[in-house]
Formats: sequence, C-alpha cells, structure tokens
Amino acid sequence: MTFVSHPIFLIFLTFFFFLLAKILQNKTGFFLLNPILLTIFALIAFLQCFDIEYSTYEKAGDFIAFWLQPAVVALGVPLYLQLEKIKEQWLPILLSQLVGCVVGIVSVVLLAQLFGASREVVLSLAPKSVTTPIAMEISSVIGGIPSLTVATVVCTGLFGALAGIQIVRISRIKSEEARGLSIGTASHAVGTSAAMEVSPIVGTYSSLGLTLNGILTAILTPIIVPMLV
Amino acid sequence: MIRQCAILFGCLALGDLIVYLTGIKFPASIIGMLLLTFLLKLGWIKLEWVRGLTDFLIANLGFFFVPPGVALMLHFGLIKAQIIPILGATILSTILVLIVTGQSHEIVFRLKENRKKKEK
Repeated sequence: MTFVSHPIFLIFLTFFFFLLAKILQNKTGFFLLNPILLTIFALIAFLQCFDIEYSTYEKAGDFIAFWLQPAVVALGVPLYLQLEKIKEQWLPILLSQLVGCVVGIVSVVLLAQLFGASREVVLSLAPKSVTTPIAMEISSVIGGIPSLTVATVVCTGLFGALAGIQIVRISRIKSEEARGLSIGTASHAVGTSAAMEVSPIVGTYSSLGLTLNGILTAILTPIIVPMLV
Repeated sequence: MIRQCAILFGCLALGDLIVYLTGIKFPASIIGMLLLTFLLKLGWIKLEWVRGLTDFLIANLGFFFVPPGVALMLHFGLIKAQIIPILGATILSTILVLIVTGQSHEIVFRLKENRKKKEK
C-alpha cells in the first residue's frame, strides 16, 4: 500500500492522468473535457479510493506546483515581444484593466453576499481572478482562507479556459488584443494557457491582462473589500 | 539549459530579494517577470538565452495548476454547504469581467482612433 502513496508514484500518476486527459480531449474535441479539470478529479478520486491524505499528495504535488513561479517569470518573454505594441495603446489597456479589476472584485463580493456566503468565503473569493501565488497572498492579507482561495482561483481559471473565448465572441469583442486582455484579466494563467492555443496575439495580451490585473488586484483588494464586507 | 535556468531563477531570486528588502506584500514571481522583461529590453539578456525554457513553461502552464487544484478535496464540506454562492458568484463575476474588460478596451481604442482621424 505504501507504493501508491510514494511521491514518485504520485508524480507519475499526475503526468499519466494529464496525458490521458489530453489524448481524450484531442480525440473528442469536447471543451468540457479540460485536461486540468479531468486530472484534478481523477487524482481526487484516486486519493480517496486509496485513503491517501491530501498532505501526502502535497509532498509530491509541490514538485510540480513549484514550477508555477518560474512559469510566471517566463511570461516576461511574450510581454517583452509585445512591448512596442503595448506602448502604442497604453491608455486603452490601462483603463480596461482598471475597469476589469474593480468590476471583478466588487461583483464577486456583492454576488457572494447576495447568494448568502459566509464572511470567510466572501473574503476567500475576492481575489479569484488573479494567479495563484498573488491570490493566496491577497487572501491571507484580507483574512480569507488561502487554500479555499486556491480552489476558487482554479475554478475561475477553468471557467475562463472553457468558456472565455465563446463569451468574448458572443459579447462582440472583436479585436484579438481586447479578447486576450479579457481572458487574462478574468481568468489568469489557466485562461492564458487556453488563449495561447487560440493565437499568439490573444495569448500575449492575455498574459498582459493577467500581469496588470495581478498588480492592480494586489493593490486594490485590501482597499475595496473592507468597504463592502 | 543551465543558462536558461540561471536567468529565470535569477530573476525570481531578485524578485524575492526585493520583497524581502522592501517588505511589500507582493508576489516575487510578478516582480521577476517584470525584471525579465526589463533586462530583455535593456539588451542585457538576449532572447535566445531564455527562449527554450520559457516556451516550455508557458506551453505547460495549465499542468502546474493541477496540484493546487487537488487541494479542493480539503474543502469539500465548506464547498458543499455553500456551493451556490461560490459557483454562482465566481461564474457570474468572471462573465462580467470578460465582457467589461474587452468592451472598455475597444471603446477607448475607438475613441482614440476617431480623435486621431479628426486631427488629420
């Protein structure tokens, strides 16, 4: 039994489930079969089947999640490649980011209260639009539960990756730049990974959106949330 | 590969150092990203020195989120009790952000273009 809870095996399993999920998605092309979502559910099912604690999986998972930080640094490359274009339209970019950031924080807090969420849940949801390391930091600053924040950040990202491109299309956002900004602002790195598959421009603006919204949200959440909660 | 790792982790470590020295509550990774962009812009780092590793990391960004996502299982009780507020607020708010961000970018962009045309 110790074999299945060994970190090496759990790391293998994470890669293996993700690989299977990718093959499944490529074969069916069905957008709900998102590899991240499928792998998370498959792993949870496996851990519960074999009665393995999350803390045991965490030891293995940390080796993978460790790469989140360097991956965020790596986004500096597409940012650099688009610098000239960004300089040309700094005003529309900055304004739309500000609007997106404030709407994101205010709407999730008000909606959660409206639906009757408890205070700690409301606080955990507030930074849901930004990437995990930033969101956890904000959550602990304002008094939320960081690991619940991680869960909602992942949910938000998955929703953006699954439906983001359809929603911007339906709401008649036409330029690739605006589409990318929307997806990155709303659904951080997970949305960006889907945006990268749409086109390099959508992907880059999405990573720009995730960056700027990360910065703005880190600054504005501790100011806005106490006014609402 | 070694040079690529050295640069990427160098930026991250510098970001960490800045957070440590200034005491700001801000993720080191975002500071590291801005540093990387800045150093590329200055030409101190050449694009081909980091390109391979950064392309690999960006292409597999989603995969690194799997372990934090598994943490969902820790909160099944809380999530089950408040599933409607959590999912409802998250999804509706995400839709709102998607729409207003792109729309306001297009509106401001169009206003700017119109003004440019008038000036001509």
